[in-house]
Amino acid sequence: MLKSIKIAAIATALSVAGFSANAATLDDVQARGELNCVVTTGLAGFAAPDDNGRWDGFDVEFCRAVAAAVLGDGEKVKFVPSTGKTRFTLLNSGEGDILFRNTTETMSRDADLKLTFLPVNYYDGQGFLIRANMGIGSASELNGASVCIQTGTTTELNLADYFRANGMSYEPVNIETNEEGIANYSGNRCDVYTTDASGLASTRAALDDPSAHVILPEIISKEPLGGAVRHGDDQWADIGKWVVNAIINAEELGITQANVGQMCASAGDNPSINRLCGTEGDAGSWIGLDNKWAVRAIETVGNYGEIFERHIGPNTPLALERGLNAQWKDGGILYAAPIR
Amino acid sequence: MAEAAIASHPRRNPISRLWNDKQSRSVIIQVITISLVFAFFAYIIHNAVVNLQAIGKGFSYNFLWQPSSYDINQHLIEYDSRSTHFRAMLVGIINTVLVAICGIVLASIVGFILGVLRLSKNWIVNRLAYCYIEYVRNVPVLLHILLVHGLIVHAFPVPRQAISIGDVTYMTNRGIFSAKPIYEPLFLVVVVLFLFSLAFMWWFKRHAKKVQDETGQRYPVFWIGLGTIVGMPLVAFFLLGSPISWDMPELKGFNFTGGMVIRPEFIALLLALSLYTAAFIGEIVRAGILGVYYGQTEASYALGINRGRTLSLVVIPQALRIIVPPLTSQYLNLTKNSSLAVAIGYMDIVATIGGISLNQTGREMECMIIVLALYLVMSLIISAVMNWYNKRIKLVER
Repeated sequence: MLKSIKIAAIATALSVAGFSANAATLDDVQARGELNCVVTTGLAGFAAPDDNGRWDGFDVEFCRAVAAAVLGDGEKVKFVPSTGKTRFTLLNSGEGDILFRNTTETMSRDADLKLTFLPVNYYDGQGFLIRANMGIGSASELNGASVCIQTGTTTELNLADYFRANGMSYEPVNIETNEEGIANYSGNRCDVYTTDASGLASTRAALDDPSAHVILPEIISKEPLGGAVRHGDDQWADIGKWVVNAIINAEELGITQANVGQMCASAGDNPSINRLCGTEGDAGSWIGLDNKWAVRAIETVGNYGEIFERHIGPNTPLALERGLNAQWKDGGILYAAPIR
Repeated sequence: MAEAAIASHPRRNPISRLWNDKQSRSVIIQVITISLVFAFFAYIIHNAVVNLQAIGKGFSYNFLWQPSSYDINQHLIEYDSRSTHFRAMLVGIINTVLVAICGIVLASIVGFILGVLRLSKNWIVNRLAYCYIEYVRNVPVLLHILLVHGLIVHAFPVPRQAISIGDVTYMTNRGIFSAKPIYEPLFLVVVVLFLFSLAFMWWFKRHAKKVQDETGQRYPVFWIGLGTIVGMPLVAFFLLGSPISWDMPELKGFNFTGGMVIRPEFIALLLALSLYTAAFIGEIVRAGILGVYYGQTEASYALGINRGRTLSLVVIPQALRIIVPPLTSQYLNLTKNSSLAVAIGYMDIVATIGGISLNQTGREMECMIIVLALYLVMSLIISAVMNWYNKRIKLVER
């Protein structure tokens, strides 16, 4: 803990030396030949090193997509692990160029912390994990419960608001790391563990006997998770924004990792696909890149649906349904702005 | 001296003359050093301010008056999620001070016992103390904290299977729940009586010492003290018809409600910090006692003074002079180590203003400055108190 304070203090004090001029993050990244991407210290499915030490996960794929678009190679990413506390400092101090770290977009972070949020890549909400044998079926029955929380998130605030609004009391146990939080929940220090529903699914999958735990149906908050960049470099923000949009649009247009080469080989009959592929129009130059930026991103990571299936979908240990994160045509709210 | 230097090098220019003079050279070096230090900090601060401005983030403490919007499980003052960040900070300060004071007291007691056991002539006792000290002080304190907390959480039962002690106190892994006294107005009489008897005994002890010094007659001060300080308020308490009632803890739903509770986080942090620091204090005490020349003890025995009074009149007063300065550092360490509390969820300064408040408001610089200042102030207070005590027990030279 002391260490992370020191790091935070140093990073703050040096918000500072590493911090160069606002503009031209793109030039810096291209000159460096490497994208510094701020991710979590490890959350299964979203961002964690795999057995070979290679970072992998839902958020990681978005880092790689941006690297592919900007540098032409999805492997040219340096991952900067961060805690809930240090993530914005790392971004604002210039240690990271872009942040993909299950980060909720809020007004204070956008306006007060001076971040620019990229389009939402996962619609989440805070939920509760509880032992099945407690016989609790709804969050409204949680009066008096002890609740374990991972500190350094928007979670404490939602929790306080929810219990207050419903006239219930609870005992908060604020733990520094996810691992310690889970250890306390498993040790029965808490009746309930709370964090974003996606995180709960990840946590539940990692427990000894996942079937002995249930996620309560109530979602008590809106957590639109997305990437972010520093305020003040609009070109760089546009690159991040349109890479995410391109990945979401690709699914809508039926472009996949497998068929992108063939579909984008030459201009076809569908102008929307042509514009995404760069075979029509001049979208690349608008964001300071060449016209194949989106193709490279999709070749590297695939479209939104593929990323979802690979890391957090029903066939993974996390077993998350698409739900809100389905395309707008399929009953979800994923609705990316068009590329034109 | 200066004149001699100048005289011996009459043709040197004034700058090298200044440099060759011992006194002025030391002044020059000091001035340069201080300017460099100030320049360094001025640069750092200027840089931070400029860069905060560059990203449009002003430096402001206005957030302290906004609602904190989070709850804290252990608060000794009124607090809820509508209270301000400032109040959350106060809760954090009180929690830190609480664990620091309790920790210092417990660590001192255990440390002194360990130090004495280490000197025991009994081989087993001596070795046990030795093993304890070597194990404890060679493992990082964070691991002790996590270990003790883990033991409490896993070893004690959940509230539904709580260990009941006379249906008044319940031990669970959520804490120790106990009956909470509710004082009735008449209880004030007992309190006043207690304070009065304390004052009386303070006077009586001095009086007894004076009498002993003058006449050699000794009063049984301890027994009179016990009777006055404990006995008198107790008699008054029962004569007034026990003006106290109890709020009993009760199992309702998930947890016990009512009564008062000591959280496992507090217990774990207190035990880990004080048992860890006690190992160091034990060695300091041992060194202090060994530092008093054994001939003095023998001389004292030769005068027919018994073992206990030899310790309290001859050895301890001199040992304290050796013990107190390093003891101060241990107290400071314990206080600063309490910042590891957030690992197990004890809501101290670091967890409140330096943790959740920082994260909710994003004011890293402002929050970290507060945290630094608070630890500095606490450490300086401890140092001041210990230095005052050190001065008091210092050898009076005649």
